[in-house]
Amino acid sequence: MNIRVLVGTRKGAFILTSDGARKRWKVSGPHFAGWEIYHMKGSPVDPERIYASQTSGWFGQIIQRSDDGGKTWNTPGSSAEELKSPDGSPTGESNKFVYDTSAETGKPLTTHQWYDGTQHPWEFKRVWHLEPSPDDPDTVYAGVEDAALFRTTDGGKSWHELPGLRGSDSGPKWQPGAGGMCLHTILLDPKNPQRMFIAISAAGAFRTDDAGKTWRPINRGLHSQYIPDPAAEVGHCVHRIAMHPSRPNTLFMQKHWDVMRTDDAGDAWREVSDNLPSDFGFPIDVHAHEPETIYVVPIKSDSEHYPPKGRLRVYRSRTGGNEWEALTKGLPQRNCYVNVLRDAMSVDSLEPCGIYFGTTGGQVYASTNAGDSWKPIVRDLPGVLSVEVQTLP
Amino acid sequence: MIRVVLPPHLRTLARVDGEVELEVAGAVTQRSVLDALETCYPMLRGTMRDHVSQLRRPLVRFFACGEDLSHEPPDAALPDAIAQGSEPFLVIGAIAGG
Repeated sequence: MNIRVLVGTRKGAFILTSDGARKRWKVSGPHFAGWEIYHMKGSPVDPERIYASQTSGWFGQIIQRSDDGGKTWNTPGSSAEELKSPDGSPTGESNKFVYDTSAETGKPLTTHQWYDGTQHPWEFKRVWHLEPSPDDPDTVYAGVEDAALFRTTDGGKSWHELPGLRGSDSGPKWQPGAGGMCLHTILLDPKNPQRMFIAISAAGAFRTDDAGKTWRPINRGLHSQYIPDPAAEVGHCVHRIAMHPSRPNTLFMQKHWDVMRTDDAGDAWREVSDNLPSDFGFPIDVHAHEPETIYVVPIKSDSEHYPPKGRLRVYRSRTGGNEWEALTKGLPQRNCYVNVLRDAMSVDSLEPCGIYFGTTGGQVYASTNAGDSWKPIVRDLPGVLSVEVQTLP
Repeated sequence: MIRVVLPPHLRTLARVDGEVELEVAGAVTQRSVLDALETCYPMLRGTMRDHVSQLRRPLVRFFACGEDLSHEPPDAALPDAIAQGSEPFLVIGAIAGG
């Protein structure tokens, strides 16, 4: 078995590879030097197929695709082979994310709530998260800012919105969080292809039970003091949701404040923060083999985006929440003021389970013993935006 | 032959070094130059102009012969020096941030 770690940073993409021992790492990159790489993820059915979201405030959104495990990349539909094809003149639409305002959607939606409470037009900015289908390498979901869900079924050559989400009744009440109004989490139910979960900052979590046609908010039990109605149906700043594939009805959430859990696919949430030093944070993830073992990285507060007391600590609960232990071995325990962003934690499926996370200071830490101890597998990269791990045969 | 200078990020994206040379059929305008550029380098579509409106992206500017042409109509003729290839058409990313 081999491990490939896909690291998106503020100034390019890096690919880290190791054999199953996970001791010696080879670093490849920067790919797309100078561009923000918000996220990269490989197809579960074809791990050599990797999708990447390359973005720039100047030049917009670029979708990149590799078919050889990250050695070479192309914008889908513009490879040399396709450019030469007499019938395949490139459409150049792989970078095109246009909101669906057609009459067929029933309710074309053009505004959402702005920071000051006024309505604001929906404006596409970037792709935050790419979620490849579990059974088709050409099908990928994209979560974007301003919040919406897109899908490609042709390997990234063209993208189309699933307008039922943005067109749901609550859309005009959605509002941006500090990082923008982003759809950052996409979870595909491995047991029920009709069911998906998504999360938006700051609207909350949503579920579809008809493969994306219709959606409903699943935020009952969330309590957010920073909104006028703390228990509102939408408006919660959900930072991340995680699921173990063996138990898709159980979800774990890191909210702006509070770590939450549901066991009924989001119908009701309960808080499981308990003895955490701070229940503010961004990522949350689940052990590959233990569905009740979860990980968070507590951050001091929403105005101080660094660990409490300058000590970088991952917290692990082996009881699905409430009872947390600090994991410190190998992590800096003084003068550490980095953050760990919401898409910057991932796990491998080796035994023992490997846990990986990247920091805004450019380190990627790995544990090969389910969090008991940690080592940096690369240092001094640009600020890390995302980390995804592939366990390769 | 029309000469175009891209900013570094777009040269990286298009995998070109230095200037790009293009054949442009008909009138040489911002629109026809950018159309030709995007036809040769489809990965550039959407990076300089909005996919739908075809309006210039806010932090992108167009210069030629020492003049800022960013706010000129897209179908206005570019200077003769551009059409004759003696001067390049410059695509500039605003100097801001990061």
